[in-house]
Amino acid sequence: MRKKVLWTLGSVAAGLLLAACAPNATQDTLQPVGDVAKQQKALFVPVFWVAVAVFVIVQGGILYIAIRYRHRKGRDRMPRQTHGNTRLEIGWTIAPAVVLAVVTVPTVAMIWDLARPAGEGALNITVEGYQWWWGFAYPDDDMVTEWDRPIAIADTMVVPTGRQISLALESKGGGAQDANQDPDFQVIHSFWVPELFGKQDVVPGRTNHIVFSVDEPGTYTGQCAEFCGLQHGRMKLEVRALEPADWDAWVENQKTLAPSPTDPLAQQGEELFLNPLSDGRGACTACHAVGDQGGAAAPNLSHFADPQHTCFAGCNWPIEDREALAAWLADPGAVKLGAKMPDYQLTDEEIDALVAYLYSLT
Amino acid sequence: MASVTVPATPRGLLKRPTAITGAFSWFTTVDHKKIGIMYGVAAFVFFIVGGLEALLIRTQLYRPDGTLLNADQYNQVFTMHGITMIFLFVMPMSSALFNYLIPLMIGARDVAFPRLNAYSFWAFALGGLFLYSSPFLGGAPNGGWFGYAPNSTTDPSIGMTFYALGLIITGIASTAGAVNLTVTVVNMRAPGMSLFRMPPFVWMGLVVQFLLVFSLPIITVALFQLLFDRRWDTAFFDPTRGGDPILWQHLFWLFGHPEVYILILPAFGIFSEVLPVFSRKPLFGYQFVVFSGIAIGFIGFGVWAHHMFAAGLGPVANTAFGISTAIIAVPTGIKIFNWMGTMYGGDIRFTSAMLYSVGGVAMFVIGGLSGVTHAIVPSDYQQTDTYYIVAHFHYVIFGGAVFAFFSAFFYWWPKVFGRRLGEASGKVQFWILLVGFNLAFGPMHVLGLQGMIRREYSYPESLGLTFWNQVSTVGAFLIALSVLLFVVNVVRTHMKARGEAVEDPWDARTIEWMTTSPPPVHNFDEIPTVHSLDEFWHRKYVEDERTGTLVPAQAGAADTHDDGRAGHGAIHLPSPSFWPLVSALGLPIMGYGVLYSWWLVGLGALVVLTGIFGWALEPSVAEE
Amino acid sequence: MADLAITPGHGAAEPHDEHATTTGLPNTKIAMWVFLASECLLFGALITTYVLYRGASDTGPYPADVFDIPYTSVSSFVLLASSLTMVLSLAAAQKRDVARMRLWLLATALLGLTFVGGQVYEFTAFYDEGLSITTNLFGTTFYVLTGFHGVHVTVGILMLLSLVGFSVADRLPDDAAFPVEMVGLYWHFVDIVWIIIFTVVYLIPSPSPAPA
Repeated sequence: MRKKVLWTLGSVAAGLLLAACAPNATQDTLQPVGDVAKQQKALFVPVFWVAVAVFVIVQGGILYIAIRYRHRKGRDRMPRQTHGNTRLEIGWTIAPAVVLAVVTVPTVAMIWDLARPAGEGALNITVEGYQWWWGFAYPDDDMVTEWDRPIAIADTMVVPTGRQISLALESKGGGAQDANQDPDFQVIHSFWVPELFGKQDVVPGRTNHIVFSVDEPGTYTGQCAEFCGLQHGRMKLEVRALEPADWDAWVENQKTLAPSPTDPLAQQGEELFLNPLSDGRGACTACHAVGDQGGAAAPNLSHFADPQHTCFAGCNWPIEDREALAAWLADPGAVKLGAKMPDYQLTDEEIDALVAYLYSLT
Repeated sequence: MASVTVPATPRGLLKRPTAITGAFSWFTTVDHKKIGIMYGVAAFVFFIVGGLEALLIRTQLYRPDGTLLNADQYNQVFTMHGITMIFLFVMPMSSALFNYLIPLMIGARDVAFPRLNAYSFWAFALGGLFLYSSPFLGGAPNGGWFGYAPNSTTDPSIGMTFYALGLIITGIASTAGAVNLTVTVVNMRAPGMSLFRMPPFVWMGLVVQFLLVFSLPIITVALFQLLFDRRWDTAFFDPTRGGDPILWQHLFWLFGHPEVYILILPAFGIFSEVLPVFSRKPLFGYQFVVFSGIAIGFIGFGVWAHHMFAAGLGPVANTAFGISTAIIAVPTGIKIFNWMGTMYGGDIRFTSAMLYSVGGVAMFVIGGLSGVTHAIVPSDYQQTDTYYIVAHFHYVIFGGAVFAFFSAFFYWWPKVFGRRLGEASGKVQFWILLVGFNLAFGPMHVLGLQGMIRREYSYPESLGLTFWNQVSTVGAFLIALSVLLFVVNVVRTHMKARGEAVEDPWDARTIEWMTTSPPPVHNFDEIPTVHSLDEFWHRKYVEDERTGTLVPAQAGAADTHDDGRAGHGAIHLPSPSFWPLVSALGLPIMGYGVLYSWWLVGLGALVVLTGIFGWALEPSVAEE
Repeated sequence: MADLAITPGHGAAEPHDEHATTTGLPNTKIAMWVFLASECLLFGALITTYVLYRGASDTGPYPADVFDIPYTSVSSFVLLASSLTMVLSLAAAQKRDVARMRLWLLATALLGLTFVGGQVYEFTAFYDEGLSITTNLFGTTFYVLTGFHGVHVTVGILMLLSLVGFSVADRLPDDAAFPVEMVGLYWHFVDIVWIIIFTVVYLIPSPSPAPA
């Protein structure tokens, strides 16, 4: 009876752990790829099993006592009155203390390990949290574009494999305003890519760091983990980890201006993008930059359609989804409530032209 | 036999209310029992409202890309769910139980300040209504119950201003209540009831009141700062003027973590009362349970930054708070063993009350264990702000406190209303609740580890989170079903004619069962003199110290040396009063004034002052 | 009514005078101490905020630009002196010398009013020098901390004047020492808090602002 109960409880726990490793979960902390996430899992799993052991002992004990000492009909018995047992109680005070002390030692070691700054030769990336999208700037000296600015992209963070990467996390806010003229506020975000590393908050006025590396090339999803306002649930990102050769190619492409489009529709789009819209509707470049033109309040679109870039508008739609892009341009607030990009009352022709232009920015 | 007089003559600014029965008397009552019932009813109503909000959340998340609510509505709903359940349900429901039971359990005729008690209730109830007026006045709070600045200071909706004002009002209510109950326990115990003869429920109540007294002022300051930032553009949390958002987090969690124990210690007290009664054994290691409760109270003030491991406080702070968090697990954990020790060797009668307590202990264990994994700081970097945390604190607060409340309802219902709730229905409700609860919150552990963040209004199908979300939603509706069953049970119980005698239905141990059920307005005809812990039990049974066996006490031979020094002559009970309601009424008026107009602030202040002066000038007992 | 205590905001004592309390102390006295313990944390949090933000203002006016230490020292002395008159009024109440009790209560209230008036003047002067509650972190934390204290003093003055009024209207018990003692406890607490605020805010020089 007791064995059966324990066995059942144990398998339930194991089942839960297995369930957590479901193959279709694509943002799973228990299927780590980055070194930091692997370390964090390596710490979690043994503690989990300790917890399972305690769970089985305690719940098994409760069940055993409940069954063994249940009141039975017709047997009116007054149990022996025990008020306590000091030795026993000291024992069960010390036992959990010892267990906790044991798990605390590796915990403390890893806290300090993860807090260590990056070594020589690490790639620096400044992660910028906006309401509600992520921007990435590459401040290293060898990452400067031909128009003399650091490489800057949005929504997709591109990194090389096999190299230490040091993220500096900064909260930004500023120029962009939504249709209600509510400005983009500097608020707390939290940067998190579960398969690569645990989260760190992005706090206004402070710079937190994450140091990590990733060996497997691939695409890893993440999202803002600290509630940051209306569209917190839509503030996502993807990390593209590239083999060194692909990485070099990407960097080279980022450093040069995307060639001016040759297709007439795209040329028309370029005209619309770089100049103020008619009837005083404003200008795309008030917030967005392409190359050396434009502002910094919204995603940098210099290489919007670079093949390594995967998503746009808070990483909620894949770049290749032409219809989504058109819908976004038509009325950002309609597809992402409260989006800071206002509705510019673009006509269908203008949208077609702008879409064509954006896809020309490879 | 003492005679009770509640006389009154018109005096003061308004005609003194005299009725102690009838609908109107509820507005003027200062009887701790009536106030306790009102606390309970109000808290239960808010529990239903908060539960409906939870169902909205779960329905939204049943499918990927849910569209029942938009982002704005979802943020309001989850924020109100949190605020409601914490500030308008669990805290006042604890107040309900403390209010009703503490005076009875320590042998007092009322709390120390009956009118202040009424004031606490009205301020809480009006504060809750104030918060719930926000959806009709431009939007409910939408920045989470934790209200992190600067999102909460910059959000353009009016909601977070309501949040700051509403919580300041309920905070005033809780502070007044905490001062009142502290004095009651310290100063109004029956003769012979030394501190270590107090029932554990009273002990936990005392610790909770101390936690409230010392933690509420901190959140009050933080809320004022938030309010000033929002309303008058001060710079407390404004990073563009040098303000530090982390300050809010420190102040909030300096309150927020003790708050967790404010929510859970009443449950520990309930378990410690119910388990011994239905095991027919004394609480195993009473002193251990009491001292560990006190220890939790102290250490509870030293663990707040474990809510901020990912905030970048640095390795020193993270190490220190990781260790302190591990330490607080010890006094919490040993109580579990004490409860098991209580049941061990007992004669366990699984009434509904007992089922809820045993189930509550078992569920709390799960929450405790997942809590320990948060103390593993680097692994918490992965877990924090995910559904793993949501699972954790629901196992603690729902599994602990809500199960305990249901246990308390079934256990003390006969005391309060003179009727027993339906046992069969209670047991069915328990099993539905247990299954529903685990289906609702168990899968959230998995979802969190699979990378589902908290507070997102929808998730895409590509993350593979759909299945467990659906399980969770089904569980949530099972919980709703079990709560519905409880409501039906209550209605049926009170529609039936009063049946069996309920003077001592459970063979109880503590002195609240020594008076009639429901108790008379003056609680005890004669205040019992207390000779030991579990006084009532020891009057019924004589224990052989050597063997630990019990024999029923001979009728009349029981030790009943009540000196009854309170019992002779007329008992002057405090008379009903308008003034607590009046002065509480001024608070929300001032709140609306802050939002809309200075003259309303002035009017509210005037109402408060009128209430206080009326109160001060009116004798607590109307003159004969 | 034997021991009606007037302590606005926290209720009159609900006397259970038919039987003694467990500790032998009146309920109201314990309540006042518990309440003041809570108040310690309130001011603790406010003072902590001020201290954490010392020198964090990114723009002037800075403390050194506006503070007039001799002026505030005098008004601090006035507030401290009011603690003395409070003690005198309690002594008079204990001797059942109603006239003296009223006199010293009025004196205490008057000194308190002088202090609050001084604070209002000081706020106006600072405001004229360009320091508002929104100017910088110093303005924010300074006005809110000293403002909270000022409100506490004002409430205390109301309580003192109410005592006098109740006494004149013959609504105080013959032995008025108890309510006077309770109001006194509150009053002394508010004074002590001011000593801390005065030291932390005015006397300890703020780190000089970073050069622009």
